[in-house]
Amino acid sequence: MSGSPDLPVIEIRGLGLAYERDGRTTPVLSGLDLAIRRGEFVAIVGESGVGKSTLLRVLIGLARPSAGSVTLNPGTRAPAQTRLPPMALVFQDSRLLPWRRVLSNVTFGLEWSGVSRAERPRRAIAMLDLVGLGELARRWPHQLSGGQRQRVSLARALAVEPDVLLMDEPFSALDSFTRESLQDELLRIRAATSRTILFVTHDIDEAVYLADRVVVLTGRPAGIGAEISLDAPQPRRRRDPALAEAARQLRLELSQRSAEL
Amino acid sequence: MSRLARTALAAAGLLVFLGIWEALPRLGLLNQVLVPPPSAILAALAREVTSGVWLQAVASSLSHYAIGLAVGAGLGVLLGIWAGMSVAFESATAWIVRIVRPIPGLAWVPFAIIWFGVQPAAAVFIIAIGVFWIVFFATQGAIRGVDRDLVEVARAFGFRSAFARLVKIMLPAATPGIMVGLRTALGQAWMAVVAAEIFGVPGVGQRMMQASSLLATDIVLVYMLTMAALYGLIDTVFVAAQNWLLRWRA
Repeated sequence: MSGSPDLPVIEIRGLGLAYERDGRTTPVLSGLDLAIRRGEFVAIVGESGVGKSTLLRVLIGLARPSAGSVTLNPGTRAPAQTRLPPMALVFQDSRLLPWRRVLSNVTFGLEWSGVSRAERPRRAIAMLDLVGLGELARRWPHQLSGGQRQRVSLARALAVEPDVLLMDEPFSALDSFTRESLQDELLRIRAATSRTILFVTHDIDEAVYLADRVVVLTGRPAGIGAEISLDAPQPRRRRDPALAEAARQLRLELSQRSAEL
Repeated sequence: MSRLARTALAAAGLLVFLGIWEALPRLGLLNQVLVPPPSAILAALAREVTSGVWLQAVASSLSHYAIGLAVGAGLGVLLGIWAGMSVAFESATAWIVRIVRPIPGLAWVPFAIIWFGVQPAAAVFIIAIGVFWIVFFATQGAIRGVDRDLVEVARAFGFRSAFARLVKIMLPAATPGIMVGLRTALGQAWMAVVAAEIFGVPGVGQRMMQASSLLATDIVLVYMLTMAALYGLIDTVFVAAQNWLLRWRA
């Protein structure tokens, strides 16, 4: 690991993205600035369609920005030691590859990297144990529940040991009971691995329960609006009045912004 | 109806069918040459097997079948992948395909004989053409139908090249569709075997034509049933292999 804890692990400056369709340009993101410190858990909230997922797609390299820059580990000039991708994404739907067993889904991200063939399953098993599914390594994805599939997807992303773990509404398709247990699971894993996490959600209560900092993505084209730091230590109580107050402020912010449009 | 009762009824139906078939020529109601009874077929099979003709005919037909299938399916999968992944290739070949594809496989027989002579290569050619189109369209459709979301997963985890995408995502995801095409082709190829060999390429079809010109109808039936048995066997093995290969499906 390079860089001191105070330096950002990722710095996004003036990021803009526009879709071109039929000769028309639709700006989606514009002038977006965001810096995330190592080990920080940042949640991004915003209305659906505002560009939250698009931001993650830019970061992971699935979409090309039209302006601005994304810098990893700014200020350090450490040359890349491995071919490991610096970020990994947990999709909203687990997107496991159905023809691969659970274990081989988790090794998938390591196959491109410099990790040796012998090391891959060992690391994958460790990640499956971390998400509590070590027993199911030989199963096929269709034999898992929705919550289990999402855990495997999380293990797949963690296995590449990303500088930043990107999560795109990862729990929104789950029932509320499974969702809450996976939220707590994520906090436990985060404490165990001290990963930096950028978490997109439209669920404000989820954001304030999980994150150290919640930023609002708003406007058309969208940029960072308000942001709120949450100092309550983990583990938190879901009914904590301080969290409820933060959620109230965020809701207010979101409704004002959308009224301006 | 219980499973046992169904099986019993099916067996009884077959026995009645065979009984009537045996009885009609034996009672003189039908000409034995035109409709040989089942018992005559068994005797004819024994003769064909002991003389070694049966094994030779089956072996050469199977070799035409296997090579034609391999060539046709191999090219079909290869070009099908290309057409499925490249819009440019698909567009460039669209009209060629539209002109050539409707030509029935057997319409190639004259050219097969002119180009290859009455040789195994001619049979292989006829079989391969029929198989090619089936597998080509199945593969193209299967590749085109691959879930784009899964392709994105590969890109997100660093697989950027077209080749990596093909090997890691497209091929495994398209396998079920390709297998459906291959299974259809297995049946189609047997038809082509008979057709190609009837023109004289040594094998089951040629032996049938020889026998029919001598009015040895019992021998004709031996080879008709031989082909049914071989097709049934090959299809069963293929389905077993398919189920194993696609065991990841729900």
